[in-house]
Amino acid sequence: MNELLNLLEHDARRPVSELAAILRRSEYEVEKDIHALEKDGIVLGYNTVIDWNKAGRNTVTAVIEVNLTPQRDVGFDAIADRVSRFDEVRSVDLMSGGFDLLVTVEGESLQEIADFIARRLATIEGVVSTRSHFLLKPYKKDGLIVGNKEKDRRLVVSP
Amino acid sequence: MSGMSWDERLSPTVKMIAPSGIRKFFDIAAEMDDVISLGVGEPDFVTPWTIRESCVYGLEQGYTSYTANRGMAELRDEIARMHDERYGIKYDAKTEALVTVGVSEALDLALRSIIAPGDEVLIPEPCYVSYSACTVLAGGVAVPVPSRIENEFRVTPDDLAARLTEKTKALLIGYPNNPTGAVMTKDDLLAIARFAEEHDLIVISDEIYGDLTYGGEEHVCFAALPRMKERTILLNGFSKAYAMTGWRIGYALGSPEVIAAMTKIHQYAILCAPVTAQVAAIEALRRGDKYMRKMVAEYDRRRSFIYDGLTKIGLKCFEPKGAFYIFPDITSTGLTSNEFAEGLLKSEHVALVPGSAFGECGEGYVRCSYATSLDEIDEAIKRIGNFVKKHSK
Repeated sequence: MNELLNLLEHDARRPVSELAAILRRSEYEVEKDIHALEKDGIVLGYNTVIDWNKAGRNTVTAVIEVNLTPQRDVGFDAIADRVSRFDEVRSVDLMSGGFDLLVTVEGESLQEIADFIARRLATIEGVVSTRSHFLLKPYKKDGLIVGNKEKDRRLVVSP
Repeated sequence: MSGMSWDERLSPTVKMIAPSGIRKFFDIAAEMDDVISLGVGEPDFVTPWTIRESCVYGLEQGYTSYTANRGMAELRDEIARMHDERYGIKYDAKTEALVTVGVSEALDLALRSIIAPGDEVLIPEPCYVSYSACTVLAGGVAVPVPSRIENEFRVTPDDLAARLTEKTKALLIGYPNNPTGAVMTKDDLLAIARFAEEHDLIVISDEIYGDLTYGGEEHVCFAALPRMKERTILLNGFSKAYAMTGWRIGYALGSPEVIAAMTKIHQYAILCAPVTAQVAAIEALRRGDKYMRKMVAEYDRRRSFIYDGLTKIGLKCFEPKGAFYIFPDITSTGLTSNEFAEGLLKSEHVALVPGSAFGECGEGYVRCSYATSLDEIDEAIKRIGNFVKKHSK
């Protein structure tokens, strides 16, 4: 199962026939495994890593350090869950160190994100303070270098 | 123009050696812009960044001078440590190790250090293209020992015995094998070891693909077998495991006497391996393993995929256990391996290497390298499938 996950993690678009050949199993078995992984919530979904700047769309992304007051019984979970449900929010992580949650927010403009923080995020009960940092330029996303790939410089035929 | 004729002045030994059979395919392929190449004998990965970065840092620190003839002490220490940890074999880094310009140089030095004119060297084939040429250049006689697909391209004492003469001095083996992808199990090698002992042969073991084995096959280091260290010249390097072909760093391990002899040639002919590459090689041994394992896992996936694909289009293959080559039998097409390779390149724009380039017994096979992306392998298999269909009898 882990080898299947390794394969999907780096390229979710591999055809099932290819996965089956690599894993030495039937296509039917591989389909069944993928379905089970999705059903069990091990595979959460499939995304594409896009260089939006290159595609001509200018999105704005901010990472926000959030301080919370933990709540009885549930600690940070209830607030983290509320924050996670906003569509604008791309990721939420509980952190060690000087703040509690690291929240990544994506929007069409600076104004939109500022609005989201001021009206939605900061006003949630239990949120004590926020500190926002806007991303200026991506160099690497999800393990992939943004920009030109390294060329294959090998000779066409060699011993 | 003067009438000076170089041809009659060139060394007869050099003239005797045939040029590599690969050149022709290179020239044809260079004219095409949509070639998919399964003809490349090197990793498609670029050297892991940590290794490249350490070389850049080394340059900044001023590592630009000669090193000791035998190579940097730190590098020889790391090489000795790795062999101890991995194979439980102890080499003295001071006297039993020599860093060379790739395994190619180590092979040349090993042969030149041991061969007296007319000495014979047993060379199981198919094998890497340099083995017999270097033997001849060293004044020896290359004696090919054919290995067969029925035996998964392994070599046996019986095969060797059939070619043994009083002049046989050494045995030159390269497993995991280029071009077949064959490996030798511990039992296979123990049998070879007994044979070497019985006939008092030197064994040169080229283990450049030693880190690239699959499907639970663990590489067995020949020198680590009982009593074999003293009669083995072990050759290895960084090119394949760490994707460092262009750096040209290899090494030889062996008894102090033979390493001293090899060092003598090395110090006059080469002086030392490039310092920049030695600095990088140290980093490869200290911190490169995790990147190497990732690359090996990727080759393994491609190995399964290409074996499945070639088998499905009707080519009989031996399932390779090491290196990154697969060696399908193409006799069902009625073509020679040269005709197959040339026809495939011209009509389907897929480059590979005819088996005959690796020895006479490679005729009837072609070498496909799977050191290329799965997408390219997929497309290549489709094109080879078209070609095979057109030519199947």
